[in-house]
Amino acid sequence: MEQNSIISITNLVKRFPVGKGEFTALNGIDLTFNTGEFVGIVGPSGSGKTTLLNIIGSLDTATEGKAVVMGQSIDNLTIKSAARLRKKHLGFIFQTYNLLPVYSVYENIEFPLLLLSMNASERKKAVLDALDWVGLSDKIKSHPAQLSGGECQRVAVARAMVKRPEIVLADEPTANLDAANSHNILKMMLKLNKELNTTFIFATHDDKVIQYLRRKISLEDGKVVKDEIIKTNKEQ
Amino acid sequence: MLALKLAYRNLVGAGLRTWLNVFVLSFTYILIIWQYGMIDGWNYQAQIDMQDWEVGNGQYWQDNFDPYDFFSYEESHAAIPELLQKITSEGKVTPILISQGTIYPDGRLQSMILRGISPNQKVIAIPSSDLNIKSEEIPAIIGQRMANSCKLKQGDITTIRWRDANGTFDAKEVKIVKIFRCDVPMVDAGQMYISLENLQEMMQTPGEATMFVIGKNSAMNDSISGWKYKSREFLMKEMTELIKMKKVGGSVFYLILLLLAMLAIFDTQVLSIFRRQKEIGTYIAMGMTRKQVVGLFTVEGAMHAILAVIVGAAYGVPFLLWQMKVGMSMPAGSDNMGIPIAEKIFPVYGLGLIISTVLLILIITTIVSYLPAHKISKMKPTDAIKGKIQ
Repeated sequence: MEQNSIISITNLVKRFPVGKGEFTALNGIDLTFNTGEFVGIVGPSGSGKTTLLNIIGSLDTATEGKAVVMGQSIDNLTIKSAARLRKKHLGFIFQTYNLLPVYSVYENIEFPLLLLSMNASERKKAVLDALDWVGLSDKIKSHPAQLSGGECQRVAVARAMVKRPEIVLADEPTANLDAANSHNILKMMLKLNKELNTTFIFATHDDKVIQYLRRKISLEDGKVVKDEIIKTNKEQ
Repeated sequence: MLALKLAYRNLVGAGLRTWLNVFVLSFTYILIIWQYGMIDGWNYQAQIDMQDWEVGNGQYWQDNFDPYDFFSYEESHAAIPELLQKITSEGKVTPILISQGTIYPDGRLQSMILRGISPNQKVIAIPSSDLNIKSEEIPAIIGQRMANSCKLKQGDITTIRWRDANGTFDAKEVKIVKIFRCDVPMVDAGQMYISLENLQEMMQTPGEATMFVIGKNSAMNDSISGWKYKSREFLMKEMTELIKMKKVGGSVFYLILLLLAMLAIFDTQVLSIFRRQKEIGTYIAMGMTRKQVVGLFTVEGAMHAILAVIVGAAYGVPFLLWQMKVGMSMPAGSDNMGIPIAEKIFPVYGLGLIISTVLLILIITTIVSYLPAHKISKMKPTDAIKGKIQ
């Protein structure tokens, strides 16, 4: 593992039972992710992007191989320690936002901090900061049903970022958004990536996302077919 | 603590769904407490009435007396012992002479029990002072049930027949000087009260009695030769058994109510599992363990019961207190059921009843909330996040 490596994946295989047979979603993946990367796992539907993200996020386990996240081997984690890993170090952004419908914007963003048993004043400051990052300070009391899709996804980003995790896993974060909202969200995430040095890993096949990536890992039939560093205009 | 906080937020956030469940549960609380309160109130009144009108604080029976064997009545009288004579004069006990008789209202024939009672007694609630009225006929008082069955009114004169101590039949006219209302059927139905002196004379048993009723505020259980002491508990045994039966009947109603309320909670919780799968997946993704999620859903369910106590108290306490004050009128004819029923029943609510009802509903709500929540622990978080129905 490299010195600033945050995730290390070795010969990862994931098979799902399908009828009487098996479907191989991931087939011998070897990857390393470093701190502060803004990386995308891209590929067509069924290529294994979400499965890989789920295993990194300790929501699923591999059939073979090893995934080490923040120095912890996912396969060896107990339910409790996997939950602790997610609670402290990982943030999730979902395609369908997955906001808690009965909570206000403030309460949705506050939720991960409640799980971390943070005291009330620290929580308040962190939530207000997160709202400021995503530009939703005026929607503090709104409920998800009162927000647009773009606003919901911004709340989801704030919720994922509020605890300042080392890694944010975003599964098709722009799939339900129009172009303008997609660009806004991605610019915001890129800004947070730079300011907080958070590692962002996307599973996507959206070109709008791809153009913001600094590293693009292409997956096809469960295999890495390309792993490229993308240089921005400035870097070039 | 976290589960409590989140459960409270979830419940308040769920709005109408929560309040509907809370209302159903609170209604169950109130209905169970009210229904049990009515039964307890009925029991309480019935016991008081029986004590006031019939049983007193125990009785002495002449050795041969068997209330269930009418043929024993002819042999069930004896001279009043000295001790009982003494305390009778002190007003602590009252003697009653009992005989089988027949009444002929409007030419019809009907069996009855003739009871001779002292007109001046205050030991039981029979309005015997009305027997002091001077009349050519023998003054008699009867209860409303007896009056109804014989179609007699106050002031009516009718013929009665009896057999004296020597076995000779005799007959005389009586005048109904009073028709009293009493909640204890045994005191009223098929009974006629005349003065003790009159009955002693009619039966040719001067100075004799069949039984003594001990006053409510007097206590004695002395052994008296030729007389059997019967405690209040013994005399009210049948009533106690009846109360137990009523409680069993009440428990069925209680159970049905409880089942309905639990069904509402169970239904909500099961629906929640399906409707809130994505939410559950999100909880897990954010770092909650499955155990914590099960705990959260269980606490949510149990909190319905706690909120229901508060809501129930808001509208239930005034209702229950109002019922306690005004009582509930019993339908006409219910006093013919053979058990003591007052015209109005005033519910009695014991602290034990309230606490046990609240605890029972809380425990059962927690269990029925836990059961569907437990299903969550078997759900794959990756499927839950997508909201896939399993």
